[in-house]
Amino acid sequence: MSSAALTEAVYYILLSLIEPMHGYGIMQNVEQLSNGRVKLAAGTLYGAINTLLEKGWITALSGEKDSRKKEYQITEEGKRILQTELLRLRELIENGNRILEVK
Amino acid sequence: MRQTIRKLFWVWDFDKEEKWLNEMAAKGLSLVAVGFCKYEFEDCKPGEYRICLQLLDKMPGHPESRKYIEFLETTGAEHVGSFTRWVYFRKKASEGEFELFSDNASRIKYLGSVISLIAFVTIMNLFVGLYNLFLAVTYSSSVNYLGFLNLALGIFGALGVLRLFKKRKRMKEEGQLFE
Repeated sequence: MSSAALTEAVYYILLSLIEPMHGYGIMQNVEQLSNGRVKLAAGTLYGAINTLLEKGWITALSGEKDSRKKEYQITEEGKRILQTELLRLRELIENGNRILEVK
Repeated sequence: MRQTIRKLFWVWDFDKEEKWLNEMAAKGLSLVAVGFCKYEFEDCKPGEYRICLQLLDKMPGHPESRKYIEFLETTGAEHVGSFTRWVYFRKKASEGEFELFSDNASRIKYLGSVISLIAFVTIMNLFVGLYNLFLAVTYSSSVNYLGFLNLALGIFGALGVLRLFKKRKRMKEEGQLFE
């Protein structure tokens, strides 16, 4: 599965969490990064955060007892996943550019 | 002004229910409380709120559900009420779009958990219904009419589950093309 594509939501969540952020911050950051194109819904984000925590790609920062203000951050494993995904995306773009001859 | 409307939606018709609640909000009646086939509304500006509902895996009072509801509240959603495992939220339309799921993968996953919960209740009803039918046939003196109700609910539920399965199949087909 290491070469499988990440969902857009997971890709942007991981990218956001290079900086520590709480849930709502991630939603706002992703919308901003994508110029308003990707609007993460709260249920989708919540599910993704829990899966990413289980996989160890992100970690919850301790300190905040209040779960509403809980911040998350990407792990080394998460960064490695992002790098691999970036290579895959680059391949897609390069092939697309070459075959469609986009200048 | 507060007003109560009684209305029945079959449990698998949650999309219709959500659509109706949003039509009410568009007309200036925002949902403020829910009960069994019962919806309470208060006046709002037409289109002021968007409504979403969701079936949770655990009862709303369970710590896991509470964490989820709290999380949604940090994103500007307001928890207006719960009935059994169904929770109802509203959010000001001025704060942007309001949906609980934004990609196919999470929608399909959610639909899967709805299907398994409804299927469980349906199978229980069918089982109790058939057992009663068996008793009625074997010992014709002890006819339990409640058993027929179970059977009817079971058959109805099975049809509902079938519709949800078809819906999920369509979503999965779409998911092969788009995220």
